[in-house]
Amino acid sequence: MAQIVVEGLRHMYRPPRGRPVLALEDVSLEVREREFLALLGPSGCGKSTLLYLIGGFLPVEGGRIAVEGRTVAAPGPDRGIVFQHFALFPWKTVRGNILYGLERQGMPRAERERRAQQFIDLVGLTGFEDSFPSQLSGGMKQRTAIARTLAFDPKILLMDEPFGALDAQTRHLMQSELLGIWQRTPKTVIFVTHDVQEAVYLADRVAVMSARPGRIKALVDTRLDKNDKNIFRAKHFVDKVDELWTLVRDEAIKAERKAP
Amino acid sequence: MKAALIRYSPLLVLALAWELIARLGLVSSSALPPLSGVIVSWFDLLRSGDLVTASASSLYRGGTGLLLAVVVGALIGIAMAWWRPVNALMSPLVEMFYPMPKSALIPVTVVWLGFGDGSKILLIFLGCMLPVTLGAFNGARASDRMLVWSARSMGASRLRMLWDVVLPSAMPELLNGIRTAIALSFILLVSSELIVARQGLGYLIGYLGADGDYQPMFAVVLTVAFLGFAADRLYMLLVTRVLAWRA
Repeated sequence: MAQIVVEGLRHMYRPPRGRPVLALEDVSLEVREREFLALLGPSGCGKSTLLYLIGGFLPVEGGRIAVEGRTVAAPGPDRGIVFQHFALFPWKTVRGNILYGLERQGMPRAERERRAQQFIDLVGLTGFEDSFPSQLSGGMKQRTAIARTLAFDPKILLMDEPFGALDAQTRHLMQSELLGIWQRTPKTVIFVTHDVQEAVYLADRVAVMSARPGRIKALVDTRLDKNDKNIFRAKHFVDKVDELWTLVRDEAIKAERKAP
Repeated sequence: MKAALIRYSPLLVLALAWELIARLGLVSSSALPPLSGVIVSWFDLLRSGDLVTASASSLYRGGTGLLLAVVVGALIGIAMAWWRPVNALMSPLVEMFYPMPKSALIPVTVVWLGFGDGSKILLIFLGCMLPVTLGAFNGARASDRMLVWSARSMGASRLRMLWDVVLPSAMPELLNGIRTAIALSFILLVSSELIVARQGLGYLIGYLGADGDYQPMFAVVLTVAFLGFAADRLYMLLVTRVLAWRA
């Protein structure tokens, strides 16, 4: 049985001013345990909204979301999240940010100090433990955010365009590091992106979403040998990118035309 | 230290000008007694114990009123930002009372609580609460939704999240509101003591002025000015420490 089940999900986006907009319509999706699934689609297609609904941050209005058989009603530490703009607590240091989740889980002090250090080392932030987020580069902030979420060991990792705010080199580096981390500590990952290459490189399976209202347009298997150093030039990789790009392009054009 | 000396050198110029104007007899000594004489009076007041008693009484009233204003004001501000019903209930009240000159409450608090400490504390509490409330409200309302979600997904309860995320998010604006409240508290303290009190710095100013003892009266006025200045400087030092996380 799938670990995450989304059935007939429908969601209205209600802006503070103006008419409500249908953001998601009849979205159904199943995610297996330890699968790396990318949600790919043009901006405004509702892929982040879908992620927030799975996270329990937004109320489910129509349809159903279940994680391990239990209906999602609120956020919980079984589903960790990493945001595009990091969402670090600016008043806490790197260590303080990583410790926060462990404190909330009631982990004993010595153990959480040890565990925090372990994850600081894992993401290569040794020496920056006492820095505040405002003193860090974008890449370091995102490493902190990833370490913070990994440290409290959620079964499911929700990632909302986590590398979207980083420069190209840093993004590339972080992608391969994330892949490495995921291969060592297998978790279910749902990864939102609008970058086709990123989706193919990272994911086992890519769910392509249509322009607003968002639906799942296609599910594409992308299990390739990700440890191949020349993967970006390999024919099967390039073909997958092409295949997905064709699917996404039509939606991106539609989204462009609908944009106000 | 040297930088501070240069920074406050205009005060020295002002002091010299004051002394000179008074010594040359450009204004009558009742309008402006010479600074040197004021300083002598200040030490007399200090030795007699009058200044210490009055300061202690005033600082107790100001401090208690301010503390109540900060705690209650911050709680109301955050509650307004986080629960719609509280906002609907409190917003019109805040709008109504914010621009009101709080000194109009001086006789009201006296009618309620008499001439002693109680009426001053209530006045300062009521008068200083709204800037704190508004600071907390604006700061809390602007707290980042993603930070709130992060805390919730890491296992923080709603109440815990208010304390861990919303309060620190509101802190810069809240601290600004408190600074305004501190300045207001001095205004309200001295004016209420001038009008109805049996002790305190404001009372001492009024008492000495009515008796025509202008030199000691100026000494107390200077004391009040210095206390206000010192309170603000100390407070800003604290703020810098609390907000050290900002780049």
